[in-house]
Amino acid sequence: MSLSNAQTSLLDRSRPAARPRTAGSRKRRYALTVLAFLLPSAVPLALFTLGPMVAALWISLHEWNLLSAMRFVGLGNYIDLLGDPQTGAVFLHTLYYIAGYLPLVYVGGLALALALNTALKGRSFLRGIYFLPVVTSWIVVALVWRWLLNPSNGIVNAVLAAVGIQGPGWWTDPAWAMPSIILASAWKDLGFVMVILLAGLQAISPDLYDAAKVDGAGWWRRLFSVTLPLLSPSTFFVFVISLINGFQVFDQVYAMTGGGPNGASEVVVQRIYDLTFRYGAAGEASALSWLLFVVVLAITLIQVRGQRRWVNYG
Amino acid sequence: MNRRLLGLVGVAGAAALVMTACAPAGDSDGPVTITYTNFISNDGNEDNLQTIIDAFEEENPDITVEVTTLPYGDYGTALQTDLAAGTVSDVFDIEYANYKAYQSSGVLAPLEVANPDAYRASLLEAYSTDGTSYALPSSFSTVVLFFNKDLFDAAGLDYPSSDWTWADEEAAGLALTDQAAGVWGDHQPVSFYEFYKVLAQNGGQFLNEDGTAVAFNSPEGIEAAQWLVGKSGTTMPTIEQGQGTPDFDTNLFKDGKLAMLHTGIWMFGAFADVPFGWDIAVEPGNTTQASAVFSNAVGVSATSEHIEAATKWAEFLTSSTTMVDVRLDSGWELPPVSDEAALATYLEKDNPANRQAVFDSLDNVALPPVVAVGQTEMQDIVTEELIEAQAGRKTVEEALASAEERINAVIGG
Repeated sequence: MSLSNAQTSLLDRSRPAARPRTAGSRKRRYALTVLAFLLPSAVPLALFTLGPMVAALWISLHEWNLLSAMRFVGLGNYIDLLGDPQTGAVFLHTLYYIAGYLPLVYVGGLALALALNTALKGRSFLRGIYFLPVVTSWIVVALVWRWLLNPSNGIVNAVLAAVGIQGPGWWTDPAWAMPSIILASAWKDLGFVMVILLAGLQAISPDLYDAAKVDGAGWWRRLFSVTLPLLSPSTFFVFVISLINGFQVFDQVYAMTGGGPNGASEVVVQRIYDLTFRYGAAGEASALSWLLFVVVLAITLIQVRGQRRWVNYG
Repeated sequence: MNRRLLGLVGVAGAAALVMTACAPAGDSDGPVTITYTNFISNDGNEDNLQTIIDAFEEENPDITVEVTTLPYGDYGTALQTDLAAGTVSDVFDIEYANYKAYQSSGVLAPLEVANPDAYRASLLEAYSTDGTSYALPSSFSTVVLFFNKDLFDAAGLDYPSSDWTWADEEAAGLALTDQAAGVWGDHQPVSFYEFYKVLAQNGGQFLNEDGTAVAFNSPEGIEAAQWLVGKSGTTMPTIEQGQGTPDFDTNLFKDGKLAMLHTGIWMFGAFADVPFGWDIAVEPGNTTQASAVFSNAVGVSATSEHIEAATKWAEFLTSSTTMVDVRLDSGWELPPVSDEAALATYLEKDNPANRQAVFDSLDNVALPPVVAVGQTEMQDIVTEELIEAQAGRKTVEEALASAEERINAVIGG
């Protein structure tokens, strides 16, 4: 609030000047003031985001094991990466993760938000409970899920066995390693999606529902014709954030499977980590980081373009 | 106001620059503080390391040792980051498997060893390149066959001995396995570190003569891999049953539900209080005996400003009598010294009774294969492919062929 006030007063150029100035000096003074306000966020951004990005671009043109001197190889790392079947595999695994995670976390979060938007008893308490995993460390969550999904003595397989289903090998089985990670991730992020959608739901005027009811719309009809269209800005936000986070998925993979078994759950960032810190190929890792950046940028741009078609800002 | 503030910042910056420039750049006559980063004392031996540091500081009042201890799992990453950032300690731990990579990249200072005769010659040589020491061995340990005497007694079987072969181990393992009771006959990790050793026990080679390609995809290699992964589900639990998770095997042994276990002598302390009798034997071989020796070492940073003081500490840490006493008293791996008499007290101790097996295992040592480029990747690939075979997703032949192809692409390139 105070920030937007400051911005308005900055933009308010109709104030009478203390003494007559030329247009040029006033413009410069204005630019300097804006710069001063931007500084607190621009300096960290330049130091900790733009700087490392440029450095990574420079490193990506070299062969470097972190120890010896760097050796310039031009675009060699990029050519190696594009010819390495491992690169395609880690991007596919990442897409697999997103394809499983995004629908699960959105539908789950929406269901929770809808349930907790009603006059349910103890709903503040429940909202807190569902948000708890969001603020819990991934390492703790991953260890708990590894235990829950333990193929030999985990609770999940014990429950499945009780109803006569032979549980899968979860994180010990290449076919089930990624579903295990998706399950844990969706569970952890459910609360975050719920909070965003809850805020969106509360911004929808009850009058609209009353009007829809008068027109004879049932619960599903109201959901699809009133709730979802008016929730679309929140949905868009959830999609953008989740997609970017999805491409950068790492902590849970590192802690739950380490990319295994036999690389079945190795994602892009895990590969970047392994290349840098285990295999001494920081140049190739930096090149892969840039490939990932370009992919995420392209997909985000497409999303921003596409939003005009379906996002309704009322 | 703004200008005044800027001026202040400028003055402070200039002052900082001047002060840095005035700082002593080399060894000075005054007291020095050297830093030492280690993983060897982590998880139980921190006080033992402090005892050695105290003795060193008493002997060298001008030198203070500042120690940082990291868990083994994080150590490699932390060290690489410190080396890349130029913030590495004066003295730091390394493992034998990484020695070649660090030495060839020039981060280790060549060392003038005051008393080379104090060291076991083979260990000192392991950390030398072209006749110059670049690191000093700080300890060594071997892997032996641990066994639960009570389980062997109950089954009426003879204890494992140094003339056992794989066939004897397998027969005993099968006889002692009682899956219904949750008792297993044998356990050996399915990993690179076991594979290169069983390969040697079967007379096979891991690398070719000039180290440019692997040579394990051979009849000996296939038989060795078969021996390792074939235990799973017959004498050893399967992956689904938990095999391969941290501490699974040692906990099973401590619970009295595992008859034989391949692990290192660093477990002596952990098994000291189990409520059953146990002992050790040299690992059985197939065509020949071969045992794994693990050795740690300390290096001095090539960029250290106190190489002389740092070398002094490195040598004290690895060859002083204080170190020998502390290590033998606490059972903290074995001191890398040549003095056999000093090791006599180690043999006199009980539990396990057959401590001679530790030294017997040194007669036939299989050192891990080492390559200059792609060491970690090579190790990861071997472990991954063996687990594929263990889980039954590949045959042993397919797994070794795949490992051969993948590793050659990494180490040959």
